[in-house]
Amino acid sequence: MKLGLVIDLDTCVGCHACATACKQWNTSGTIGPLSDQNPYGKNPIGSWLNRIRTYEVKEPSADPRLPSADPRLLSADQKLPQAHQKPPSDNQESSCGSQQFDLYALATKGESALSFAGINSATGAPASKTVHMPMSCMQCEDADCVTVCPTGASYKRAEDGIVLIDQDKCMGCNLCSWACPYGARELDEEQGVMKKCTLCVDRIYDEKLPESERQPACVLSCPTSSRVFGDFDDPSSDVSRLTIERGGKGLMPELGYKPTNRYLPPRETAQVPAMAKTKQPALSKLKKWANRVIAR
Amino acid sequence: MKPAFSVLFFTVTSGIGYGLLMWLVAMQLISGQVGELQNFLMVGFIGLTLATLGLLSSTLHLANPKNAWRAFSRFRTSWLSREGVFSILYYPVILLYAYALYVNGGELNPAIKIIGAVSLLIALATVICTGMIYASLKPIRQWHNPLVTPLYLLFSVTSGALAYSILALALEGSLPYFVMSAFLILLLTSLLVKIVYLKSIGKPEGSTIGSATGFTQAQVRLLDAGHNGDTFLSNEFVFDAGAMKLLRLRWLMIILLFVVPLVLVVATYMFDVAPAVYLAMISLYLGLFVERWLFFAEARHVVRLYHGDQRA
Repeated sequence: MKLGLVIDLDTCVGCHACATACKQWNTSGTIGPLSDQNPYGKNPIGSWLNRIRTYEVKEPSADPRLPSADPRLLSADQKLPQAHQKPPSDNQESSCGSQQFDLYALATKGESALSFAGINSATGAPASKTVHMPMSCMQCEDADCVTVCPTGASYKRAEDGIVLIDQDKCMGCNLCSWACPYGARELDEEQGVMKKCTLCVDRIYDEKLPESERQPACVLSCPTSSRVFGDFDDPSSDVSRLTIERGGKGLMPELGYKPTNRYLPPRETAQVPAMAKTKQPALSKLKKWANRVIAR
Repeated sequence: MKPAFSVLFFTVTSGIGYGLLMWLVAMQLISGQVGELQNFLMVGFIGLTLATLGLLSSTLHLANPKNAWRAFSRFRTSWLSREGVFSILYYPVILLYAYALYVNGGELNPAIKIIGAVSLLIALATVICTGMIYASLKPIRQWHNPLVTPLYLLFSVTSGALAYSILALALEGSLPYFVMSAFLILLLTSLLVKIVYLKSIGKPEGSTIGSATGFTQAQVRLLDAGHNGDTFLSNEFVFDAGAMKLLRLRWLMIILLFVVPLVLVVATYMFDVAPAVYLAMISLYLGLFVERWLFFAEARHVVRLYHGDQRA
């Protein structure tokens, strides 16, 4: 089994319910407590296993100082299926089916990168989008956080791929948090041990819970169902199906951690034609002005 | 990365300690002579004290030191565990070497030479492990660099050579010509490697906010980090010293670590003012602190991309 999450960036509204539910469940779960320092003071700080960031995603500018698409950053396994690599067609409508992949499409030289996030600059619609991105442990297949751990507290379960920390063995050296590119590990200052997402290992196998509730707390709490939990090794599972259908992608593939969690790009949205400004003759402008003045 | 004093002190001080011990044993193995046994024990004691002080200070940054003993358990995968094992293994070997020399009346024999050679290899391995702890971290490209481990080793051996020379001057009244020549060659090599290293981390490469969020074709900008206070991540990884300060400190490092010791050592030989090497040692030690501080301050973890940075 390869358990993990699929997160839909199209429907996530950035409400932080997943993070709150995560904190609530895990502070009294197997790795709890998740302590806070100075919670009601001026600078509260505490351990969270899930954090949500918000980005503006827009068309690349010509500014050479800002990084643009770099094909070297994509590893071979991240390349999209052949069907989605065809060059962009002039007729945007007919190729609509594959347009949603443009957001995460492979940048190739000479290819126009004008269309992404379903917003085409050619139609005059603003080529920018706000994206909320929740991040928790990616349950990497090549998890360096496990190999750098000197005490053996960090481990990856062979049976389902969940990366866990044995709270009784951790010495709080922080090296695993340095080895994690996704910021998934946070030190609990109260206990002096590292904390991370457990994929709610204390929920998903609990036979006392009704079967529909044997899911991570973040998945159950998501009001827009943007989070899906499942087995990536099973090709018929929801997570595998969604990843293939929507072109789900792992983050920072260039570092070679092989993250399990997948992010689904925003969908192609219907194009709303911009209201055209029509030229009005001077006489009708004068009439309108006169009518407004009289109406007062 | 935020420079933590305990880690700076640890890597600099234990580096000098191991370097000193390496030269002490190596010179005995090369020359086949031990010299005054009392002096050997004195220098050995100082070297071991420096290494131990460094190791003790490294446990200060642990949040849960009561589990530190477990750190020896993952020798097969973790460089930190390897460093711990080698540093502890070093004590019985170097103490056995000293004891055997003492019992043998300050004379080397083949068995003692083998023990000495083993101690040399373990000291070398310990310093290499220290470098590899940093060099193995892929999320920090300034550390995940093939020159990081050679630099740790070079600085340890270079500072050890100078420490060996000033102790020889203090205890025997003369500077060892061979070790001083080696020091000059090593210092210039370190300078060269450090400059190549600084050049290589200056290249714009590595992960970007695009690859970190998956939007490789778009221009991405952080609007909201999701929290209005500090977090463990922002405290641990987001450290900005300012470009001008970093540049000034680079020059300070080059002056303290390379220029001043070089001038003083050359002056020592040209004008026969031996005490100048003591000043060279002080300058080198301070220079190493600046070098190690910069090593942390200039390292940019990719988690910073989720806190607003555009590239690593």
